Amino acid sequence: MDTTASYNDKVVRQFTIMTVVWGIVGMLVGVLIAAQLMWPQLNFDLPFLTYSRLRPLHTNAVIFAFGGSALFATSYYVVQRTCHVRLAFSKLAAFTFWGWQAIIVLAAVTLPLGISQAKEYAELEWPIDLLIAVVWVAYAIVFFTTIGQRRIKHIYVANWFYGAFIITVAVLHIFNNLAVPVTLTKSYIIYTGVVDAMMQWWYGHNAVGFFLTAGFLGMMYYFVPKQAGRPVYSYRLSVVHFWSLIAVYMWAGPHHLHYTSLPDWAQTLGMVFSVILLAPSWGGMINGIMTLSGAWHKLRSDPILKFMIVALSFYGMSTFEGPMMSIKTVNALSHYTEWTIGHVHSGALGWVGMMTIGSIYCLLPRLYNREGMYSTKLIDVHFWTSTIGVVLYAVALWVAGIGEGLMSRAVNSDGTLTYAFIEILASKYPYYGMRLVGGLIYFAGMIIMAYNVWKTIADEEPAPVAIMDPA
Amino acid sequence: MDINDLRGLLTAVTLFAFIGLCIWAWSSRRKAEFDASAALPLEEDSYMTNSERENI
Repeated sequence: MDTTASYNDKVVRQFTIMTVVWGIVGMLVGVLIAAQLMWPQLNFDLPFLTYSRLRPLHTNAVIFAFGGSALFATSYYVVQRTCHVRLAFSKLAAFTFWGWQAIIVLAAVTLPLGISQAKEYAELEWPIDLLIAVVWVAYAIVFFTTIGQRRIKHIYVANWFYGAFIITVAVLHIFNNLAVPVTLTKSYIIYTGVVDAMMQWWYGHNAVGFFLTAGFLGMMYYFVPKQAGRPVYSYRLSVVHFWSLIAVYMWAGPHHLHYTSLPDWAQTLGMVFSVILLAPSWGGMINGIMTLSGAWHKLRSDPILKFMIVALSFYGMSTFEGPMMSIKTVNALSHYTEWTIGHVHSGALGWVGMMTIGSIYCLLPRLYNREGMYSTKLIDVHFWTSTIGVVLYAVALWVAGIGEGLMSRAVNSDGTLTYAFIEILASKYPYYGMRLVGGLIYFAGMIIMAYNVWKTIADEEPAPVAIMDPA
Repeated sequence: MDINDLRGLLTAVTLFAFIGLCIWAWSSRRKAEFDASAALPLEEDSYMTNSERENI
């Protein structure tokens, strides 16, 4: 069905379905490693089931497989709808789908085998890194050529966020992974010492800032107005939001290296930029939430909108928590504790997860020529499992993390440490259980989603959608 | 000129760029274009009928 009269929704459908599949896989691995923290014998003494190998598998699966597929799907959908033009290069777009899936499968094989660069969120070895670079450049070509062929003069704000995400991730990925290959499965990063650390966290924090924030803000700026049936609260604010967010995020990485051998001035710079980030982050959050002004009653009957508003609330909360934790004196307490993991998950499960889930519930029926999802009731059940799951998870790790931080810094009058490591670990044990329960509940919601998705699309023959005339 | 002069200059340029951006975004001349753009997500798809599909 290759034609210039209809949108290319095939690739959108493929990425949308895989978002749900990889969400389930990635979160299942997360639940398993959360259980291993309580019961270490769950690795069954098998090397490929050890925490050290499954943890990078979990992070790569949820960020790049689940989040990545969601970003591909929604960016390809949004760019066509807001430019009134078919996606450029259908074959290249298909290549990005199959290429991205191949990368995920390669990650799922190599990481449990222990093949790793040992760089957080950049564990994959050099042949896979090369494939990522090629697929990503293809993605950029497809996306920006489509923008270039647009039949609407103005480029909608969501496309600016998606575009910034695509360009920045290409730059981050390529420069952070510059390495000298030794064998097919082993390479050495060209950076050494503190430069290596700074490169890693320049990459690491901007993976959060551009992959998990800018990309998902693009999703927010399209799907929240769509689901609410109202234009975004302030388009002007969205323009200022975009430029200030991308200008500031780039400098926040050093807050991951407080009290290390990174020069003090660089640490302080990272802290200051992180605190400044509160302003654009909250500007965007308020812009999203206020889009509902005058339509708040819709929250009573529309669980999809509830997903989006709670996602924005978690975005607001974690973008307050993040700047606070990046202040050096707060970081002295929070760093290397469970609080960090709690913070990451209120962003990942709360903001990224719930925004993705809400957007997919909004998108999927449109891709399959249906009025809505199979069951609105099940969306509501999913909403409550997600909300309860993420709250349990975050609260458990706040308590565990702050306790851990306080115990770690406690000293006796003679200057010796009050608590041994094992005592601190024991104090966290009940909260590991609470976190596992929270994760399991969130995961259960994903199973409900899979069932709902399956019932929605099982007997549907997708109809092509005619390209809209320029306004 | 010392590198710190450049740093100070860059801070000033960035500040004025930000102020300029705000003035640009809030200018009444942008309003019509922004309103039209903000309406883009509200458009609904029209599915092709069988006869339309045969013609392409």
